[in-house]
Amino acid sequence: MPGDDHLHNHDHSDVPSDLALRVKALESLLVEKGLVDPEALNVLIDTYETKVGPRNGAKVVARAWSDPAYKARLLSKGGKAIAELGFTGRQGEDMIVVENTDTTHNMVVCTLCSCYPWPVLGLPPVWYKAAPYRSRAVRDPRGVLADFGVTLPDSVEVRVWDSTAELRYLVLPQRPPGTDGMSENELAALVTRDSMIGTGLAKTPSTKGST
Amino acid sequence: MNGAHDLGGMDGFGPVDPDPDQPVFHAEWERRVFAMTVASGFLGRWNIDMSRHARERMDPVEYLSTSYYEHWLHGLETLLVEQGLITSDELAARKAKLSAEAR
Repeated sequence: MPGDDHLHNHDHSDVPSDLALRVKALESLLVEKGLVDPEALNVLIDTYETKVGPRNGAKVVARAWSDPAYKARLLSKGGKAIAELGFTGRQGEDMIVVENTDTTHNMVVCTLCSCYPWPVLGLPPVWYKAAPYRSRAVRDPRGVLADFGVTLPDSVEVRVWDSTAELRYLVLPQRPPGTDGMSENELAALVTRDSMIGTGLAKTPSTKGST
Repeated sequence: MNGAHDLGGMDGFGPVDPDPDQPVFHAEWERRVFAMTVASGFLGRWNIDMSRHARERMDPVEYLSTSYYEHWLHGLETLLVEQGLITSDELAARKAKLSAEAR
């Protein structure tokens, strides 16, 4: 393609400092004009870097595994049921929860950019925003799952959901075997970020310690 | 509108790198771009579709050869200029000034 030379041979060594300068220039102008407050920027960064993340989604999943009535609400009105646990906000105005079963595996992508349910998963991982995942998830989902080390039997149907700016998806992974009688906290520890995107499965208790 | 951002189904981008240890942000400038974009959204001068469109109008070669937060930066600069909140000249002058100060 036309961009090949640029893509592979471009010398990136001078890029970060130039970018950093461009960003500093923009921020200093915006602050000077009173359009943004630098303290508000720090709060936003702290919130999305350290506070809002997939532990929120794990609590939602653990509740659904433990409480059939909650699960029913979650699958019928995702955003509303998620808000019951206090998780609301930007990029999660409308959320649909899709359930994995013995016969159906769901996987979420945003082919156009990076739409993602921020209130329950935080900001998306790098691969979610990058071309390989966005291009191939809709065409070769089983191949993509293999990149994540996940192999599903042919009898399991794979459904891929392409997010939009208005509608974001959360996967409800299958509850792993051997978890009877576990508390919601113990269950939540088994729920990985990738299991809620559909590129992974929930951990089983014996693999709890691995990453 | 289709374009270089419309990646669904395209071949040739290679395997996914699911590295679980990648950080949310790779550099301070990415943090600032993220926060400025969200904060500027509260000015109420554009909606999420305008915001996406501003990124999707990037030159296709540039889009495919730059990183995610560079797309955001491009989009934010475009919106701010188009809404008359800043000018390209102001941006260039400020960058030149900061560059001179850093030497």
